[in-house]
Amino acid sequence: MTDTIPTFPMTRAKGCPFDPSPELTELGEKGPVNRVRIWDGSTPWLITGYEEQRAALADPRISADVRKEGYPHVSESGKARRQHLQAFITMDNPEHDVHRRMLTRDFMVKRIEKLRPRVQEIVDGLIDQMLAGPRPADLVRDFALPVPSLVICELLGVPYADHDFFQRCSSRLLNRTVSAEEALAISDELRNYLIKLVAAKDAEPADDLLSRLVVEQLRTGALTDVEVADMAVLLLIAGHETTANMIALGTTALLQHPEQLAELRETEDPKLVANAVEELLRYLHIVHSGRRRVATEDIEIGGQLIRAGEGLIAAGEIGNREQGAFEGDPGELDIHRQSRHHVAFGYGIHQCLGQPLARMELQVVYSTLYRRIPTLRLAVPLEEIEFKHDMIVYGVHSLPVEW
Amino acid sequence: MKVLIDQDKCVGAGQCVLAAPDVFDQRDEDGIVVLLQEYPPAELHEDVRQAARICPALAIELDEA
Repeated sequence: MTDTIPTFPMTRAKGCPFDPSPELTELGEKGPVNRVRIWDGSTPWLITGYEEQRAALADPRISADVRKEGYPHVSESGKARRQHLQAFITMDNPEHDVHRRMLTRDFMVKRIEKLRPRVQEIVDGLIDQMLAGPRPADLVRDFALPVPSLVICELLGVPYADHDFFQRCSSRLLNRTVSAEEALAISDELRNYLIKLVAAKDAEPADDLLSRLVVEQLRTGALTDVEVADMAVLLLIAGHETTANMIALGTTALLQHPEQLAELRETEDPKLVANAVEELLRYLHIVHSGRRRVATEDIEIGGQLIRAGEGLIAAGEIGNREQGAFEGDPGELDIHRQSRHHVAFGYGIHQCLGQPLARMELQVVYSTLYRRIPTLRLAVPLEEIEFKHDMIVYGVHSLPVEW
Repeated sequence: MKVLIDQDKCVGAGQCVLAAPDVFDQRDEDGIVVLLQEYPPAELHEDVRQAARICPALAIELDEA
């Protein structure tokens, strides 16, 4: 019998770098829940339907625990790192809420709003430097990566001087082809770096998130130093990689839609900027390796019975483009579309903790970069841009720009 | 419209505050949802419905009977 189960992930079509793989789109048209085969030969369920994803990700009978049998790991190195991922993103309730609530204060909307002037200053400073530097510039290296990296370093209390080290670590960890040995070595390196920093904060607490975790959680015995360090590793990686990719990929996409870029550049309306951020999050859906879970009981999703112990992968890039789930043609970018209900940050209790920060950073960037550099353009044809097909989070490896 | 919130379910994502800032806020000490208006005026109903719909933790319930 021929094997008809398609392999996931699937490659995007040449010349359509902003669209999901056509095979993946076709699979979604067959039905909201289908079996796929992943790297280790296992056959978890891929959920493409928008409502079905929301239902699955919000269901307490679905576990995010990477140590559970049947969990569909993203790669060999991802599986090898499962003992390293002890942070709240891989916990179920009630444990999850206890750990997440140690951090929710720092990311709440009104606290993030207070950081806006400082983020504006960082964005302006980096644009000044880029304008004074050589042309073409690499927008990833000179702008997209430093913006969120600087911001998360200040928030956490991690010295930005070490950015070469942790940016290299996180870009290796997010590469699907990295070996298990290398992933474990890097995870150890990062953890040890943060453990040292935790000890330094314990000796002399400062006004930052890491110090607060030390004072409130480490000193009270609620968390060990390894747990604080792992939490910090998660925030550090999540805090710069995703936003960096949204800045660079978002700019690449907007440059292909000059009328919308012009509108964004000219507008004085922060609501249109905020709307454009949501639409770009929906349209680009950079977390293109799927959100992964395992069922702990038999459940039915989209008419499909899923057995306890079977893996699930939610493909947000398909859900976010579902006809009927969004007004108009969800296959197109339209910064006026109402797309706030997208699943770019996931859904359920694990929905992105840092989303208010990501939103604010992207609002500042999209409302500043094109205004400050109105003639911004790609320095090479789009076909020569290297997209992150091999990475867990999608984006561009570098983006040569001129003005 | 009557709004009901469940602080035990809330994960502090902040979605409701962005959707309907006159109806929802976050507790200073831990970012958990607080209700500013139990019976919001009609002009806010659409925003409140959106807040309930996008809450990732299903912590907002609306009684529109």
